[in-house]
Amino acid sequence: MKLGKRWSAPFIIMIIAGTVIPICSIVYYGFTSRKGGFTLSNITAMAEPEHLEALGLALLLALISTLVCLILAFPMAMILRESKYGKQGFMVFVFILPMWMNFLLRTMAWQVLLERNGVINSVLGAIGLPKQQLMNTPGAVVLGMVYDFLPFMILPIYNVVSKIDNHLIEAAYDLGADKAYVYRKVIIPLSVPGIVSGITMVFIPGLTTFVISNMLGGGKINLIGNIIEQEFTVNSNWYLGSGLSLVMMIFIIISMLLLAKFDKTGESSFI
Amino acid sequence: MKKKIAVIGLVFAMVFTMTALTSCGGGSGAGENGEVYVYCYGDYFDPEIIEDFEAETGIKVILDSYDTAEEMYPVIKNNAVDYDVVCTSDYMVEKMIKEGLLQPVDKSNIPNLENIDPVYLEKSEVFDPGNQYAVPHMVGVAGIVYNKTEVGDTVIDSWADLWDPKFADSIVMPDSVRDDFMISLRKLGYDQNTTDPKEIEAAANELIAQKPLVYKYANDAARDLLIDGSANIGVVWNGEYAYILDYNDDIGYCVPKEGTEFFIDSWVIPANAKNKANAEAWINYLCEADVAATNFEYLYYTTPNKAAYDLIDEEYLNNPAIFPTEDILARCDSLRTLDDETIDVYSNYWKQVKAS
Repeated sequence: MKLGKRWSAPFIIMIIAGTVIPICSIVYYGFTSRKGGFTLSNITAMAEPEHLEALGLALLLALISTLVCLILAFPMAMILRESKYGKQGFMVFVFILPMWMNFLLRTMAWQVLLERNGVINSVLGAIGLPKQQLMNTPGAVVLGMVYDFLPFMILPIYNVVSKIDNHLIEAAYDLGADKAYVYRKVIIPLSVPGIVSGITMVFIPGLTTFVISNMLGGGKINLIGNIIEQEFTVNSNWYLGSGLSLVMMIFIIISMLLLAKFDKTGESSFI
Repeated sequence: MKKKIAVIGLVFAMVFTMTALTSCGGGSGAGENGEVYVYCYGDYFDPEIIEDFEAETGIKVILDSYDTAEEMYPVIKNNAVDYDVVCTSDYMVEKMIKEGLLQPVDKSNIPNLENIDPVYLEKSEVFDPGNQYAVPHMVGVAGIVYNKTEVGDTVIDSWADLWDPKFADSIVMPDSVRDDFMISLRKLGYDQNTTDPKEIEAAANELIAQKPLVYKYANDAARDLLIDGSANIGVVWNGEYAYILDYNDDIGYCVPKEGTEFFIDSWVIPANAKNKANAEAWINYLCEADVAATNFEYLYYTTPNKAAYDLIDEEYLNNPAIFPTEDILARCDSLRTLDDETIDVYSNYWKQVKAS
């Protein structure tokens, strides 16, 4: 036990330097006005129409991406569960493989694919179909989010689903349940912790992203993440940027609370 | 309690080791004449000149780079690292002079200063009165690039052409508050550095009206979109135009008649520089004619170094897009640093443009 405590020092340093100090400085800047002195205006600024609109759009796009991820990920996790052992490892590998590449590069690749004279439109043109406006639309941003965050949905669900005892499912069938009923009453309730964890891990980064909306939205899709980023990098207004970030933390805390409520067993702590 | 103190002690020990390590990073191979810490925009001179400089002067170069002036500013302001010489843009030089973050350069240590075209020194006086602090490195002029075939008979000579419905959905605008407002303010005939909220509002309304026609707001992508034909008209710096021509020579460039923004990126010495003499040796070296010519061939931005012109291909020298004529320069102004209240006004209108 004593040894354990001593070895936790690097971790404590990481937490202090990487979490505690940054959060303290965000809180400090968030409640300070540009001229110095306490203010709440950086927090209440979230209620300004431009900020609310950006927040609404971010919520909407993050919600859609999360739903799409969920719809794609759940059947995928079930397929993984049912597949044979060697094959299963390979398929999980295929899903994790893209995560080894930098996600900026992967998003850039989508730019090349979706651009007006990009790969997809060239293929469409070659087979005589009209060019599509794919880039710089909310759809492109959702696509980017789904692509980037899908593994974060699949892995926790797969992790939970793969541990469901087969006997439970067999027992349900023995008792006369049909397939839909088994899913509704056995499999889905048992995979809730994984689903909730997946939702959190997709929704939060989706809500706060600014890179994906910048790269695939062509600067026309302004999310709350973009506004905060602009405040820091262009307007040099760290105070407003921090204030808005603090409001965003409320959403993160809500998701964390939800996660804690559903995930009492800690089964989904995959990553 | 003792353990807590031990942990805190460990934290401090680590922080100290870390700072000690960073502050003498590369120190092991210090040159015979010491070292110079250079802080510059990424990829802003030919990297080969570093070796030549080290061989010639015996000064070791430690180079760090950054992406935006806003990123550099807190590093210098908070004294995070003691840089000896920094390359940055006009408006940031102005801001740093005002805040006392810079020290004047000793011109007697920079004899090559005479190579710099007086036109650019005069233009620099706007942000650096008396040319006390800044030595020009590179100059860029914002202009319109367009696809000659798609434009057809239309003469592109005005910012208003970016509002032409003919180019609907093929216009690329910069993704930057001040650059977009510069275009809109110039179009309306106002000063690009205006602080009048009415003028800013009018410019914002122009940008909102233009937004449905815009294909994309992007900073670096404009050149690639023009090259592959995804867009037909856009705004770029002249150095980017030279790059575009290498790939697609069906592209034209013009500096609009309403005038435009240009930048002078200069070398400055922070007030807390430890190796001022070495910093001046570095600046002097970069002002040498052949070094400036090498950097020009690397970047294709306008070099303010007149002595280098003898070493540069006529083809480039006679291209007004790359070496702006006096007539064009007369229409150029640099962006100025504005006060916080005005920055907020711009930023709020910009959010409205983006949200529209």
